[in-house]
Amino acid sequence: MRRFDPEQVRRDVPELRRTVHGLEMAYLDSAASSLAPRSVIEAMSRYYERTHTNVHRGVYEIAEEATEAYELARKSVGTFIGAPHPMKEIVFTKNATESFNLFARAWGGSVLGEGDVVVLTEMEHHANIVPWLQLKEERGIELRYLGVTDQFRLDLTRLDETFAGARLVSITAMSNVLGTIPPIRKIADAAHAAGALMAIDAAQLVGHAPMDVVDLGVDVACFSAHKMLGPTGIGVLWARAELLASMPPFLGGGGMILDVKLDSFKPADAPHRFEAGTPPIAEAVGLAAAVRYLRSLGMDSVAAHDLELTGYALERLGSRFGDKVRVYSPQDLTDRGGVLSIDLEGVHAHDLAQVLDRFGVCVRPGHHCAKPLMRRLGVPATARVSFGPYSVERDVDALLSGIEHALGMFG
Amino acid sequence: MDDLEDLYREIILDHYRSPRNRGELPTPPAHRTEGFNPLCGDEIVLTIVLDDDVIEDVRVDGHGCSISQSSASLMTGAVKGKSVDDAKVAMRTFKRMLTVAEEDDLDADEPLDVRKLGELAALQGVVKFPVRIKCATLAWNTLAQALAEMDA
Repeated sequence: MRRFDPEQVRRDVPELRRTVHGLEMAYLDSAASSLAPRSVIEAMSRYYERTHTNVHRGVYEIAEEATEAYELARKSVGTFIGAPHPMKEIVFTKNATESFNLFARAWGGSVLGEGDVVVLTEMEHHANIVPWLQLKEERGIELRYLGVTDQFRLDLTRLDETFAGARLVSITAMSNVLGTIPPIRKIADAAHAAGALMAIDAAQLVGHAPMDVVDLGVDVACFSAHKMLGPTGIGVLWARAELLASMPPFLGGGGMILDVKLDSFKPADAPHRFEAGTPPIAEAVGLAAAVRYLRSLGMDSVAAHDLELTGYALERLGSRFGDKVRVYSPQDLTDRGGVLSIDLEGVHAHDLAQVLDRFGVCVRPGHHCAKPLMRRLGVPATARVSFGPYSVERDVDALLSGIEHALGMFG
Repeated sequence: MDDLEDLYREIILDHYRSPRNRGELPTPPAHRTEGFNPLCGDEIVLTIVLDDDVIEDVRVDGHGCSISQSSASLMTGAVKGKSVDDAKVAMRTFKRMLTVAEEDDLDADEPLDVRKLGELAALQGVVKFPVRIKCATLAWNTLAQALAEMDA
């Protein structure tokens, strides 16, 4: 495996040139949002400086160029995740949350009724819970949950029983709190055997590990660009071509129709059927640049880099602080990514994060939009540490110094 | 790190480590109100007993950061045994100190005298950390909600 140089990635990310409280920034919050390399920012600037206009409308030269750039982004992100038919299967949304809402509304809203079963897990982000709870309230669907073990893995002991009669299994491909990567292929096979569709929340996985939707055996994947070195404001819904083609529209308006009369409309084919209004064009261009950048690093190397730092952090946290730091995350380095949650004895996560800020360390305190998981873990809040390809060991060292200080202050 | 020490003054750490008036009063006679800070996940339960217009007893339970928990502890000390009107005055002064005064605050033009707040003034350093202001006001907002629910 060819390895990239994280110091070179740091030089490529303009934001890492700034300081925080006069210190080098130790950015350990990539699970919330990743830092964009210059090539992403420049691609968007170039678009605004040279090519900007609306897409799918004009016939003049720059309108053609804008449309081409937008549609090319669809192809590049689709190819990146192994989509068999990118041009029919990639829908651009606002973010992963909107992708889930689109899927829940368009597919769930037209197919699911009273008593139909959707299976989720206790480690889901709210984006993959609330849209289904809304359908539960409105249509009376039933939700079942796979539990989380004390080793912070999914409890797969009763898959067949839980999946019996289910219409959909929708699961995170990597927990945004624990870093756990569930065995998606195995779960997808079990879901399909039970006659259910399989969806994944790929927001944390797609920018951090090789991901191929065909190999994973899934039908739907939702993710957002800003967690994969791209811009905010654009997300992706991928769904198998036949499935997407069978779904009614979500939002209505311009761009998603074939024809509109005073008393009726004919929707366009997928994916445009699901892209009402002017889409995030500059953001799509930025996302395509992010995909190019990630490809240049190599996704195997990105994953290996994350894991190396995770191993370093786990080892140093344990040896330096022992029981004073609880780690809510698998301790072994298999089937996990570069995310770990910590809780300090006697120090609330918000106070820890506040102290860490003074050490230039950016971590995320709170419930991480996963309140059911926090209840399962029995902790109101954790401080989450997450890595990106620009992360280095001295970021972890700064974290350790900050923890030391916080323990002294509150202990 | 001076402003960090300004935020985490000893009195705040003391109230965080040893919160006063902790727990829940039996309902009834106490009135029970829950307060949430959805951003942070802080959750508190405030139970309060009024005797006419006097706050006879008040307790706070729940979990959260040192700022939200110490603020709750300091608040109980400040309002227990006081009249509802006095508690509301303290609330307004406290919120003005944290620059989140209500629009209908009639005293808004008067200069703020934080000395009136006694120990509560220890939370003054929070102003420099805008994200944490919600932590400091959680208990007070929950008290306001409780008083409104009780028509007090």
